[in-house]
Amino acid sequence: MPEQDKHKNEWPLWEIFIRSKAGLDHKHVGSLHAADAQMAIENARDVYTRRMEGVSIWVIESKNIHASDPDESSSLYDPANDKIYRHPTFYNLPDELKHM
Amino acid sequence: MTVRDFQQAFDEKIDKEIAIEPRDWMPDNYRKTLIRQISQHAHSEIIGMLPEGNWITRAPSLRRKAVLLAKVQDEAGHGLYLYSAAETLGISRDEMIEQLHSGKAKYSSIFNYPTTSWADMGAIGWLVDGAAIMNQVALCRTSYGPYARAMVRICKEESFHQRQGYEILLNMSKGTEIQRKMVQESINRWWWPSLMMFGPTDDDSPNTEQSMRWRIKRFTNDELRQRFIDVTVEQCKILGMTLPDPELKWNEERGHYDYGPINWDEFWNVVKGNGPCNKERIATRVKAHEEGAWVRDAALAYSEKQKKRNNKTDHQAA
Repeated sequence: MPEQDKHKNEWPLWEIFIRSKAGLDHKHVGSLHAADAQMAIENARDVYTRRMEGVSIWVIESKNIHASDPDESSSLYDPANDKIYRHPTFYNLPDELKHM
Repeated sequence: MTVRDFQQAFDEKIDKEIAIEPRDWMPDNYRKTLIRQISQHAHSEIIGMLPEGNWITRAPSLRRKAVLLAKVQDEAGHGLYLYSAAETLGISRDEMIEQLHSGKAKYSSIFNYPTTSWADMGAIGWLVDGAAIMNQVALCRTSYGPYARAMVRICKEESFHQRQGYEILLNMSKGTEIQRKMVQESINRWWWPSLMMFGPTDDDSPNTEQSMRWRIKRFTNDELRQRFIDVTVEQCKILGMTLPDPELKWNEERGHYDYGPINWDEFWNVVKGNGPCNKERIATRVKAHEEGAWVRDAALAYSEKQKKRNNKTDHQAA
């Protein structure tokens, strides 16, 4: 059986992001299946916030997420690799210097 | 990069305790082992709802009923965390459910035993969840990222499960003679199957070595079983009950309790499908799945229709 026929009735997969309290970023917590966005939000409430873990929920259909390729991470992050002067500790300043 | 380079990079990550994430290269057998273990774990959570669900309508008070409902709901949630972790390895939810229903995938054999008295709700929370926690705490540091994260979430919730079970037994153990008898009888039935939950002895568990190398498992079956026995014997004393093993004895030299032989024939017999409730459990799941099919189809059809309708309005607006 072709792959798409075998699972043609499976609800789409959604990635769930939860803001645990106002002032913090939404954070990825896992995924779930739902027929549409509204159902994904309601299911996310039941699956991921049974103990008040969240004040806001984002849902995104998994197929809409694009990700970097881990096998290319060395070349992808290469530009940042040799620029230690971007870090404050790179600069040698006298100890008596305050508030900097 | 050649497969050998990939393998080397993978081994290095494992040795340095760097988590493996879904899109990282991993050996086929690592993937297969994880799919088998995580899906089996997910199935156990889902099937595990049935023995306790059996008592929701007959809980002795509103408090107990609310607690039991919350616990069973947690188990559904735990099953979903784990299914979603397994799906990151490339198996679909439908495939996993199919494997459960066809008997190809296993689940923890403990759930093939019947729950015949209310005290069983206490014994399951204390012993069965207690044994599960031993396993799960160790798995919070498993090498596959999504599995470890699911385990952390599960462990946070699992502690209430064990405490509510122990509380049931503690209350009953202070009750009438009949209630105390119920507690002891329940402990007698659940003790040995709980010890079997850790799986065969290390000598008899051929996959353990590889799983330890891959840091999927952090402790062997026997190590976790011993740890469980050592803490549980002490907890049993507070209940004023006994564990059904005449050979249970503190071993000063080892610093552990010695225990009698486990009936592995019974274990394998239940694994093979001949436990008291194997057929009933799967039949209940299959029935629920089949009877829910129209709901799943209707929800999908509704969402398709909404999408079409929204497209139409968009066009009209343009």
